[in-house]
Amino acid sequence: MMDVVIGLEVHVQLKTKSKIFCSCPADYTKDIPPNTHICEVCTGQPGSLPVFNKKVLEYGVLLSLATESRISKLIRFERKNYFYPDLPKSYQISQYRAPLSYGGFIELKSGKRIRLQRIHMEEDAGKLVHVAGETFIDFNRAGVPLLEIVTEPDISSPDEAVEFLTLLRETVRYLGISDGDMEEGSLRCDANISLKPEGEDRLGTKVEIKNINSFKFVKRALEFEIKRQTEVLKSGGRVIQETRLFNEAKGTTESMRTKEEAHDYRYFPDPDLVPIEISQELIDRVSEDLVELPLQKYWRFRKEYGLNDERASILKSDYYMAEFFERTVKFVGNPEKVANWMTVEITGILRNVGKELKETPLTPENFSSLLKLLFEGKISRPAAKSVLKRALEIGEDPIQLIENEGLLQSRGDLSPLIEEILRSHADQVKDYCNGRKKIISFFIGQAMKITRGKADPVELKKIFEEKLKDACKGLD
Amino acid sequence: MKLEDFSIFELSYLLKKRQIRAVEIVERYLSIIEEKNSKLNAFISVNERALEEAKRVDESISRGEAIPPYAGIPIAVKDNINIKGMETTCASEILKGYIATYDATAVRKLREKGFIFIGKTNMDEFAMGSSTEFSSFGPSRNPHDPERVAGGSSGGSAVAVASGMAQAALGSDTGGSIRLPASFCGVYGLKPTYGRVSRYGLVAYASSLDQIGPIARNVEDIAILLSVISGWDENDSTTSTMPVSDFFEYIFENRDRETYRIALPEEYWGEGLSIEVRKVLEEFLGFLKMNLFKIEKVSLPHTKYAIPSYYIIAMAEASSNLGRFDGVRYGRRVEGRTFREMIENTRGEFFGEEVKRRVLLGTFVLSAGYYEDYYLKAQKARTLIINDFKNIFREYDFVLAPTSPTLPFRIGEKIDDPLKMYLSDIYTVSPNLAGLPALNIPVGFSNGLPVGIQLIGNYFSENRMLKFAYFVEKEYSG
Repeated sequence: MMDVVIGLEVHVQLKTKSKIFCSCPADYTKDIPPNTHICEVCTGQPGSLPVFNKKVLEYGVLLSLATESRISKLIRFERKNYFYPDLPKSYQISQYRAPLSYGGFIELKSGKRIRLQRIHMEEDAGKLVHVAGETFIDFNRAGVPLLEIVTEPDISSPDEAVEFLTLLRETVRYLGISDGDMEEGSLRCDANISLKPEGEDRLGTKVEIKNINSFKFVKRALEFEIKRQTEVLKSGGRVIQETRLFNEAKGTTESMRTKEEAHDYRYFPDPDLVPIEISQELIDRVSEDLVELPLQKYWRFRKEYGLNDERASILKSDYYMAEFFERTVKFVGNPEKVANWMTVEITGILRNVGKELKETPLTPENFSSLLKLLFEGKISRPAAKSVLKRALEIGEDPIQLIENEGLLQSRGDLSPLIEEILRSHADQVKDYCNGRKKIISFFIGQAMKITRGKADPVELKKIFEEKLKDACKGLD
Repeated sequence: MKLEDFSIFELSYLLKKRQIRAVEIVERYLSIIEEKNSKLNAFISVNERALEEAKRVDESISRGEAIPPYAGIPIAVKDNINIKGMETTCASEILKGYIATYDATAVRKLREKGFIFIGKTNMDEFAMGSSTEFSSFGPSRNPHDPERVAGGSSGGSAVAVASGMAQAALGSDTGGSIRLPASFCGVYGLKPTYGRVSRYGLVAYASSLDQIGPIARNVEDIAILLSVISGWDENDSTTSTMPVSDFFEYIFENRDRETYRIALPEEYWGEGLSIEVRKVLEEFLGFLKMNLFKIEKVSLPHTKYAIPSYYIIAMAEASSNLGRFDGVRYGRRVEGRTFREMIENTRGEFFGEEVKRRVLLGTFVLSAGYYEDYYLKAQKARTLIINDFKNIFREYDFVLAPTSPTLPFRIGEKIDDPLKMYLSDIYTVSPNLAGLPALNIPVGFSNGLPVGIQLIGNYFSENRMLKFAYFVEKEYSG
C-alpha cells in the first residue's frame, strides 16, 4: 500500500471594493464590459506606481486570526517576475520572504489538523479571452486582491482535500471576505501530490496539478493522479517532478512542464512599496470581526441541539442558514424538527429554484409562525409544505398565504365531510370492507380535494379508519 | 540683457507687470531651439501647442484675470517623464509613438503653477548611461564643445538649459544622471532626497534610486522648481510626508552668512580625479577656506563598494522594471509565431545594447542561487554606505566631492568600454544609494570646459544646501 501525501495552494479572491494597488473597482464579473475597470496602474503603463489598499491587509489578518496563524510584525511585498500576456507589468506583486502570516491550521471533523505553511497577499492577473481564433486580454481582473493559502503536506486523501477546501470556503464566507466560489474563480486550488511506501518518512517525488476548477474536479483530479502514480511506481517506473494540467473533459491530468522547464521567478522586494508594520491595534480591531467558525458551529449544533452529522454539516455550511436555524429554534424549540425542515425541505426547494435562503422572504419569524401552526395541528403538513414552496419560489410571505387561502384547519368539522364522502362512494366502501384496505388513500384524496389541502392527512386517515370500521360493521 | 538671462521669478514679475508677454518668452525659446537644436540635439520632441498656451496666458493677463504664479514660463522635461497627450519615448525604439495617458505628478504640479512644457529632452535609453550617447535619437552634444558629450543620462535637459533652449528643465537621477550632465554643461542640477519628489509618471529605471529633480542656470530657479514639484503624493508610497518649505523664499530671506562645517571624504579626492578638474575644485576650496568655513578631510570607508553595489541594485531593479515593455499593450511590436517569440523579437529588435546588457546582468543577479551572493550583498553594502554618511553628518553640514572625475569626454571615447563609462558615476552614485540630496554647483572652467562640484547634504536639508549654493553663486561664480 502507498501513502498519499497532498499539499494545497489555494487562492482566495477578496471582495474588497477596490483593487489591491489602485482605486479601480475590483468587480470584474461577466456583466462588466471588458477593460472598463482599468487604469494606468493595473494595466502597467510606464511610470505608474502601486499604492496598497489597506482593506486587503485587514481581510488577510482576519483569515490569519481565524486559522490561528502567527501574524508577522513587519511584512513586505516582492515582485514575482515572469512574462505572460495577461500580466501587465511582467511581474506579479506578491509576498515571498516576509508573508502576512504563517503556522496556522484548519481542523477537520476527524480532529486532524491541516497545518498552514503561510498566508500571503498578492494581485490577480488579467484574463485571456479567446474569440473566433483570436486572443484578447481583459484587464478588469488585473489587480484584484488575492490571499494565497499554502498548506503543509498534511492531507492524505482526496476526501480530506475536499473537506479542507470546504471548510476553507465556508470560513472565508463566514468572515465575509470572499465568495469562495470555485466555479466563478473566486477560490482556486493547485494541488501537490506524491506517493510513498506506507510508513516511509521520506516524501516521494511530487507533481503539481493546476487548472482544477470545481470541488468535484478536486476529487477527480487527485484520484486520477493517485492511480497514475501508483501505476507508474508499480511498473517499476519513477514519477517525475512536473506540473500537470487537469483536463476536465477527460478527467485526466496532462504534463504541462517539467522541473527543468520551471520558472525562476527572481523574487526581490518591490522597491515601489514600503514595508508595512502590523500593529497590535490593527489586530485587535480586526479581531472584533471574528465569528464562530464553521467547525465550531458544527460541534456546538451536534452537542447543543443533538443534531446528526448530516444535518449539522448542512446547517453550518452557510452562515445565514445556521443563524436562521438558531433563531427559529429560539422561537419554536424542536431543534431536530426545525433542522429537518431546513435541511430537507428548504434546502431541496432552494436547490431546485437556484436561490439562496437570504434572497427569499422567509425569515426566522414567519418560518417560526408557520412551524408553530404545524406543530399545534392548525395546518396540515402538505399545506405547510406548499406554503413553504410558494414562499421560497415566488417570494410570498408564508403567513399571508395561509390567511389569504384560509388554510387553517378546524378539527371537529371533518366528521360530516367524511361521512358525506363515504355515503357517496358506497362501492369503494364495499371494496374496503372486502379487504382492499389501500383504497383508504382514495378517500383521503377526496377529502384533501374538497378541503383544498387544508386537512391533515394523518388526522383524516385516523377518522376514515374509525368511520369505515363502523361502516363495515353495518354491512356484515 | 537677453531674455534667457532672467530668472523664473524675474520673468514672472515682468509678465504680471505686462512688460513682457508670454508669447515673447515662448517665441524666444522656440527660436533658440530652432537655431541650436539641430546641432546640439537636446530635444526629442517640441511641444507644438506651446505657443498656443502662451497666447492663452497673454489673453488672461489682458483680461485682468488671475494667473498662476509661473504662467508662461517654458520648461523642458526629460523624455522619461509623462506629459499627458505627448509622446514618452525614453529615447528607446521600443516606445516610439507611445503617447502618455496621464501626467506625472511633478508635471501636474508644474502645470498647475502655469509652466509651459516646451518639449521633451534627449537622454540615454531608459536613463541607462552617463553620456546621452545611448539614445536611439543620437547623442546630445555639449554646448561648450559639440565634439564632446553632454553627460548623462539627462543630457538633453542639461544642454537645453545650458544653451538657452529652455528656462529650466526636469531631469531624473538614478546614479548621477542629473548632476553629471549639469556638471559637463556648466549648470545647476539637483537630485533631491529620495522621497522628496514623487516618482509617479517617471518611467522607472531603478525604483529605489530614481528621483526627479531640476536643472537650471541659477539657484533661484532650482529653488522655485523644487518647491513646486516636492511633497507627499498619494500615488507614490515612497514619498515622504515631511512638510515642504518654500525654498525660494527660504534662500531669499536667509542671506545671513553661516560658518559651515564641510567634510571632504578622502575617497573622493584621491588618484581617480583628473588634474584639470582637481585644479578648478581646489581653487574653489580655497575660496571656502577664505570664508573661514571649517573644511576637514574625513573618510567614508565603504565608498569602494558604491559602484559595484549601485550597478547590481540598479540593474536588478531595471531587469524587472523593463519587463513591461513586452509588445503586448503599448509601444512597438515585432510579431512572432508564439507569445514567447513575439516578446523575444520585440525586445531583441527594439532595446539598445546598453539596455540589453543591464537587463541581462540584472536578471542574472536576481536568479536563484545568485540572489544572496549579489543582490543581498549589494543591499548590505548599501547599508554600510548609508551609515558612513550618517556618521559624517553628525559632525558636518555638508560633504563636498567632485561631480565628475574628468572633464566632458569626447563623443565615442568610452562608448565601447562599459566599465570605463560606469566609472563616470564614481562620485555620484553614493548619494543615490544613501537617498541623500546632492547638487551640482558649477565652479569654473578648464580648457573652456565646465567643472562642477557636488554638494551632498543630509536628508531633507535642501533648504540649507540651496542657501549655501546661493551664497557661492553670488560670491564666487557670479
